[in-house]
Amino acid sequence: MPLDQAFIGREYPPTEPYEVGREKIREFAEAIQDDSPLHRDPEAAKAAGHPDVIAPPTFAIILSMRAHDAVVADPALGLDFSRVVHGNQRFTHHRPIRAGDRLRTAVVVDDIKARAGNDFLTVRAEIGTEDGEPVCTAISTLVARGTAEEGEQA
Amino acid sequence: MKVRASEVAKGDELPPLEVTLTRQDLVRYAGASGDFNPIHWNERFAAEVGLPDVIAHGMLTMALSGRLVADWTGDPGAIVDHSVRFTRPVVVPDDGTGAVVELSGKVSAINEDGTVKVAITARSGGQGVLGGATATVRLPE
Repeated sequence: MPLDQAFIGREYPPTEPYEVGREKIREFAEAIQDDSPLHRDPEAAKAAGHPDVIAPPTFAIILSMRAHDAVVADPALGLDFSRVVHGNQRFTHHRPIRAGDRLRTAVVVDDIKARAGNDFLTVRAEIGTEDGEPVCTAISTLVARGTAEEGEQA
Repeated sequence: MKVRASEVAKGDELPPLEVTLTRQDLVRYAGASGDFNPIHWNERFAAEVGLPDVIAHGMLTMALSGRLVADWTGDPGAIVDHSVRFTRPVVVPDDGTGAVVELSGKVSAINEDGTVKVAITARSGGQGVLGGATATVRLPE
């Protein structure tokens, strides 16, 4: 079943705050085999001009994926999540995510299209502090394989 | 910071990075990221959805491409923009060896605002796994 085009432009309210912890940053850095002291040692981070340890840049996916759940799990959208693969990802970092941040993420559906039998859903996550400081814009294109109607073009 | 903007020229190559990924690494990344899609740890499920075997998280490959750039700059916070297309999966067999991901990068532009654009290549099993991968970094003068 093709995705409901009426979802283009739909905005979802910001998530409850996610508190970024030093140990979560360390755990994520270890999982990507990154041994930079800026992800572990507050003094090293301060020496590099950061108020506390900073997260690896792709840490932002934790925030954006959580926020996407509201969209992709919406039965009205008609997305078969078992057929979904990640097509594109872009992060624009307004500043690094750091320990102690309390972040909220608002999601907007930027685009929905069908091409060669696949559905493409582009969602934009605006990640910012509780006080409204922008931190990261994450744009993800998810591809649902073989779910669009045959012959459909966009 | 290891690198200064004044030292960088178009065409400069970044030190390459080679990372081996095993099933254990995928499980660790699943836990750290919260992405528990079974295509990244369950062979039976991967086969059912038409994949050759368990595949690495695309975001793990993207994270490694970020590391390539961060290792060069010395400060991961220098990355202001990072974009990739996932073109082929990194297949991770349960054979005691895993998969090797080879990453390389080249300075493709010095932007007018002083930021530096890096074009990134990522390969596994002899094939490219990322398309149009770039990172833009802000370096100290």
